[in-house]
Amino acid sequence: MSPHLRRTLVVVGHGMVGHRFVQAAIERGLTETHDVVVVGEEPRPAYDRVALTSFFDVGAEALSFLPTGEYDDPRVRLLLGTTVEVVDPAARTLRLSDGGELAYDELVLATGAAPFVPPVPGHDLPGCLVYRTIEDLEAIREAAAGARAGAVVGGGLLGLEAANALHGLGLETHVVEMAPRLMPVQVDDAGGATLARHVEALGLVLHTGVATRAVVERDGRAAGLDLGEDGGTVEADVVVFSAGIRPRDALARAAGLDVAERGGVLVDEQCRTSDPHVWAVGECAAPGGRMYGLVAPGYAMAEVVVDALLGGPGAFTGADMSTKLKLMGVDVASFGDAFATTDGALEMVLADAVAGVYKKLVVSADGRRLLGGILVGDASAYGVLRPMVSSGIDLPDNPEELILPASRSGGAEVALPDEAQVCSCNDVSKADIVAAAACDGTTRAGATCGSCKPLVKKVVEDYFASQGRTVDRSLCEHFAMTRQELFDAVAVHGHTSFDEVVAAHGTGRGCDVCKPTVASVLASQLGRHVLGEGRAVLQDTNDAYLANIQRNGTYSVVPRVPGGEITPEGLIVIGEVARDFGLYTKITGGQRIDLFGARLEQLPDIWRRLVDAGFESGHAYGKSLRTVKSCVGSTWCRYGVQDSVRMAIDLELRYRGLRSPHKLKGGVSGCARECAEARAKDFGIIATEQGWNLYVGGNGGATPAHARLLAGDLDDETLVRYLDRFLLYYIRTADRLQRTAPWIESLDGGLDRVREVVVDDALGLGSELEAAMARHVAGYRDEWRDTLEDPDKLARFVSFVNAPDAPDPHIGFRAERGQQVPADPAEPAGPVVLGSAIPVGAPR
Amino acid sequence: MSLRAPAADPAAYTSVCRLDRIPREAGVCALVEGQAVAVFRTYDDEVFALGNYDPFSRASVLARGIVGTRGDVPFVASPMHKQGFDLRTGQCLDDAAVRVPTYAVVVRDGEVLVGPAEVDAGS
Ligand SMILES: Cc1cc2nc3c(=O)[nH]c(=O)nc-3n(C[C@H](O)[C@H](O)[C@H](O)COP(=O)(O)OP(=O)(O)OC[C@H]3O[C@@H](n4cnc5c(N)ncnc54)[C@H](O)[C@@H]3O)c2cc1C
Repeated sequence: MSPHLRRTLVVVGHGMVGHRFVQAAIERGLTETHDVVVVGEEPRPAYDRVALTSFFDVGAEALSFLPTGEYDDPRVRLLLGTTVEVVDPAARTLRLSDGGELAYDELVLATGAAPFVPPVPGHDLPGCLVYRTIEDLEAIREAAAGARAGAVVGGGLLGLEAANALHGLGLETHVVEMAPRLMPVQVDDAGGATLARHVEALGLVLHTGVATRAVVERDGRAAGLDLGEDGGTVEADVVVFSAGIRPRDALARAAGLDVAERGGVLVDEQCRTSDPHVWAVGECAAPGGRMYGLVAPGYAMAEVVVDALLGGPGAFTGADMSTKLKLMGVDVASFGDAFATTDGALEMVLADAVAGVYKKLVVSADGRRLLGGILVGDASAYGVLRPMVSSGIDLPDNPEELILPASRSGGAEVALPDEAQVCSCNDVSKADIVAAAACDGTTRAGATCGSCKPLVKKVVEDYFASQGRTVDRSLCEHFAMTRQELFDAVAVHGHTSFDEVVAAHGTGRGCDVCKPTVASVLASQLGRHVLGEGRAVLQDTNDAYLANIQRNGTYSVVPRVPGGEITPEGLIVIGEVARDFGLYTKITGGQRIDLFGARLEQLPDIWRRLVDAGFESGHAYGKSLRTVKSCVGSTWCRYGVQDSVRMAIDLELRYRGLRSPHKLKGGVSGCARECAEARAKDFGIIATEQGWNLYVGGNGGATPAHARLLAGDLDDETLVRYLDRFLLYYIRTADRLQRTAPWIESLDGGLDRVREVVVDDALGLGSELEAAMARHVAGYRDEWRDTLEDPDKLARFVSFVNAPDAPDPHIGFRAERGQQVPADPAEPAGPVVLGSAIPVGAPR
Repeated sequence: MSLRAPAADPAAYTSVCRLDRIPREAGVCALVEGQAVAVFRTYDDEVFALGNYDPFSRASVLARGIVGTRGDVPFVASPMHKQGFDLRTGQCLDDAAVRVPTYAVVVRDGEVLVGPAEVDAGS
């Protein structure tokens, strides 16, 4: 194909699989030859439907796969809020709901599935809803607002998700399931019974083995369910149908494409439909006549079609339908031949009704191979068991060890073969992970449901161990412990000096890695002056001289300007100081002013002037809070809904001087326009009509990250409480030089874990963290003011110990755009004549 | 106390400061014959002197580095880009091709004296 003849590829549906298809198309270079147009019916870009229920906690934005609303590749165009109404395969055109037409060379159907609503009388009454999209959830929330009770028709995976949501919205919640047990597709009777006990303990009312006859009507609205003679009537103001899904194959049917007997667009192993230019992927497709109601097979189909369009041999030949999920806090997993349908299959069961645990292994007739299993109440073994099924390796001698509670098991060790699939969502094998580890590369393993993360970690660690590379988490040669372990040790033993710490926990005399780390830990815990009691020698040069070293050995000086608000008098003082000392000035990204070119011995004189004028250290030099940036907020701005400047100032003053594993930045925006770029900060606060949304884990720099929503619509007091907890939890547990984004990523459970600790106080640490922050706030003192008042501390600020005021002859400046900048340094070949070329920005 | 260089010609030594002016495990910068010399004191009160000039960053800063040990080697880490230098020999521990000059240094009656740059003994 000539490179000039670009072809057009249209994707119908921007759901989970459509999005994955586009990602793969970009990554694998399909967009080099094709313009991609994606038509999506929903009003927003693709989002994480698997995590739909968390919408109530985190909002739509946090679920989005494409928060910016566009792909990085300009050859991909998104048409959202638009439905494809007709496909004409002969003309290769589409008609859109906005009346437009699109021509295509290749067409990919990714229209997903729709909830099946049984045609019982009253099924379409107001108050009857489904559970599939964000709009559905918004409707449920609205309906639940004035309601007392809700009922879910369907006790499968999705039905229980919906029931969980109704329960979370405060409704008395009923679940109606026609089968005799919950989750009939995934678990057996005993597993279903275990699950039922958990769910009932949470207060849900179950009605199994009964069919819904009709929706009861009152005043033109749904008022309950008629469950026939056996079931009686259930009162409910909200009814959610979750009785299975049906592939959305209507477009294909109308276009004359073949469809499967039980629904779904019929496709071959390449996911090609009966028309050679039309493909179908995800829940709308039925490869070999069978549709797959999980996301992982859909992802595999998307990859296969990209491969086929690139001329590759990829094929979809079926998928692992294993499932692991946490429903209302209960682990449920089902994998392989869970119902022992294989000839001669044997079952091995562990049921502990007291603990609420049910585990079943299905093994081959000879007892050698694992065929499948069901885990309810504790699915921690899933990560090890599921790959054993797909790889067919021999069971260990005592297979029961695999499902015994951890405390009793000898910890059966199983070595996975290379081809074992570790991540079933993204089809990543053990060999793929090892190959990536060997070249410091990455895989997608763990990126979708995350259940394999512990196994991925183990595979990587085992690999490194086999290479003789232990995964060494020690700080440095002097401390065989992580920063967090060090932090805890210092707290437990109450150490107050490096000498004590290294004597108790380390070896040697320390280095440039452990000394600043210990200094930072001591500063976080003791809150004393960083230059006091022998601590100066532990600090990196920036902290050691309370200024930022520059390339020529001079320093820059940054007074604090809280929230970026400064008076004209303040500006004049900074200007005068800069002029009198010959300093280069530049406005920083943190809304303050940086003064460059100060020689070591000038720092005290410069600061004396600044402190006298009311300025204090800005801690630009520290691994500590830098600034809290703000927009002008409701005081001036016609769009502002809250006073962002006041909030930024309050927070900056609250957290100033707080030493942390890495620098910390904050931002406060007064409305959703986000002019303060708060989401690029470690903590970002965005005003809402009701209060504040708190985002965490953002940063700029080489690996930019957008902060994600931790909690929404907070009042001032709650906001500060959550922030206190968040910051101190980070300070206590992060690694050295680990910013908040990678720290959150490193936690088991990620942002959810942070939310558990900070919002739900799952560790019961809340009041302790708040008290520690209160101590910090009460103990804060300006480091520069204290330094100026202490002759011992000041004695270090000299150019030469034997010529304290002689400027370093090595430092030279030249002029550029009206200010002084470093001149290229001369090599110190021979003796340098003192005072020759030094422009003296002399103090008065 | 180290007496590493024979104090052949006392006149060639410059008194720079009292020993207690140098904190343990830290350095100070002294001006000796127009040259910036970094004088370090270790935890065991040994005293060493190196050229203050950091050949990597081309700035006169080594005295401001963190002092500690790598294995048994007393060293200073450049405050600029963290390369380590052996306090005894000036040898860079991260780049075999780089070495900074060492200076003779003695402590006499609590006074630190810096002598001439030591010629490389061909080691
Ligand atoms: C609450 C819930 C929990 C779930 N939990 C899990 C789980 O734990 N594990 C798991 O594997 N799966 C789970 N699933 C299923 C998973 O979400 C789906 O398998 C996955 O979303 C399928 O992706 P898809 O792209 O095929 O369909 P969808 O994500 O539904 O996307 C299809 C998109 O196409 C659009 N569309 C349809 N017709 C047209 C048209 N004519 N024109 C334009 N656009 C159109 C739709 O509006 C939709 O946006 C869950 C689903 C729900 C609802």
